[in-house]
Amino acid sequence: MAMYNDKVMDHFMHPRNVGEIENPDGLGKYGSPVCGDMMQITIKVDDNDVISDAKFQTFGCGSAIASSSVATEMIIGKTVDEALELTNKQIINELGGLPDVKIHCSVLADHAIKSAIYDYAQKNGKTYKGLEGFDPDADEDDHHDVADE
Amino acid sequence: MKEVYLDYSATTPVKKEVAEEMSQYILGHYGNPSSLYKIGSASKEAVDIARAKVAKLINAAPEEIYFTSCGTEADNWAFFGVADAKRKKGNHIITSNIEHHAIIHTGNYMSKRGYDITYVEPDKEGRISPESVEKAITDKTVLISIMMVNNEIGTIEPIKEIAKIAKEHGITSHTDAVQALGNVPIDVKDLGVDLMSLSAHKIYGPKGVGALYIKKGTLISNYMHGGGQEKKKRAGTENLAGIVGFGKAAEIAYDNLEDHIKKVSGLRDYFLKRVTEEIPDVQVNGSMEYRHPGNASVTFKYIEGEAILLLLNEKNIYVSTGSACSSASLVPSHVLMAIGVPAELIHGTIRFTVGDFTTKEDIDYTVDCLKEVVAKLRNISSVDGKKGW
Repeated sequence: MAMYNDKVMDHFMHPRNVGEIENPDGLGKYGSPVCGDMMQITIKVDDNDVISDAKFQTFGCGSAIASSSVATEMIIGKTVDEALELTNKQIINELGGLPDVKIHCSVLADHAIKSAIYDYAQKNGKTYKGLEGFDPDADEDDHHDVADE
Repeated sequence: MKEVYLDYSATTPVKKEVAEEMSQYILGHYGNPSSLYKIGSASKEAVDIARAKVAKLINAAPEEIYFTSCGTEADNWAFFGVADAKRKKGNHIITSNIEHHAIIHTGNYMSKRGYDITYVEPDKEGRISPESVEKAITDKTVLISIMMVNNEIGTIEPIKEIAKIAKEHGITSHTDAVQALGNVPIDVKDLGVDLMSLSAHKIYGPKGVGALYIKKGTLISNYMHGGGQEKKKRAGTENLAGIVGFGKAAEIAYDNLEDHIKKVSGLRDYFLKRVTEEIPDVQVNGSMEYRHPGNASVTFKYIEGEAILLLLNEKNIYVSTGSACSSASLVPSHVLMAIGVPAELIHGTIRFTVGDFTTKEDIDYTVDCLKEVVAKLRNISSVDGKKGW
């Protein structure tokens, strides 16, 4: 289907890191089924503050699944500080582009990852520069874009 | 790989007999039906033969059929034409909130320009009650327009009762019968409607041709202005090949209506039986009693429709989310919202529509693939029956 490029289709058809880590160090959830997409990201962080594993579960469209898949790939092996530098634009670039009406999927993935790290920081009494001003329950202001028919 | 088309409500493949007849009017006859010489009158004759065939399918008189460029044009003509012709009486139009966008967006446009549009709501099955239509009538009401068959959930509406109410109040009645044509028996005399929109490409005819049935004596202004075609009511050189194709498609539909309904509803019922028995957490939307024979609107809980569509597409199975027209948009279906389906379930809804070329093998292949696709997406999903939404 012409809607998505091959890279997006590959991540959608063969998503990486699907599932839920048992006893995760951090868990982030973002989105809402009412809006059509919701992601959950679980992470494991090792003693060197490196994200050793990440898994996702997503209720959503092809690009939501592809964004979650590629985002988990991008943070595994990174330090928490490095992972916090991830932006939704980098997710889009890694996927080789998303249709305009699907940009919000990358925002959701970015936010879900930050939420998981936020959870980890809260549980372990850690502070990170990248989490300053971050609100895990912030409204999805970039979510309700409407396509022309 | 096998290819399965289950989106007959979006459009239908052109039947071979239709294409063959059309080709004579693409490669051969080219005369303008309005020209007085021989090759012109030959074309005019072909248009009139087609007109009679379309008329027969809905039990109208041939002179009550006016060809248009599509169903949408017929809908626009009905709204603007009646509103203009009856502007001295009032500015109020009654329709429903489950109409095709050709009606809803036309109504929205008119409401910004001084017209008052009431959108009547259906019940949970998708039926518009004649009582709710009657309640909406004011002394300014000039038009009542309720679709005959809904395009997303296939619900057949009580048009006869609604047209009767309109007549009692001296109001013009219109129905968008684009999905009904060739799929449910239509008799305009029995229904009593004044106006009816039709389209060729939903009945195995070509795209780009439709018609408006205008009951003799109905007040309606012109919508397309120009030459004197269609008895000076619809300007524009006739889409000759398209009209010929529409006529042939209507003739085939008339001859096969009973068999078509039986065959298509049998396959649809078999599909629904397998899906509801073999896939957990599904729901079928809309009335089963009053339903388009080929329509199956199915919600797969805990997963999202576009993802289902894409995975089926990879298996060469073609279906749509909601209605085809809105599949590129993120707005949840207005029809499913109107019948009270929760938003999270609307997102997981797929419309399957069966047609004349569908086989039992197609259905079996589709259900087998669906089971795989649904299980795969549910495995990825962050919600399920245990966790809840």
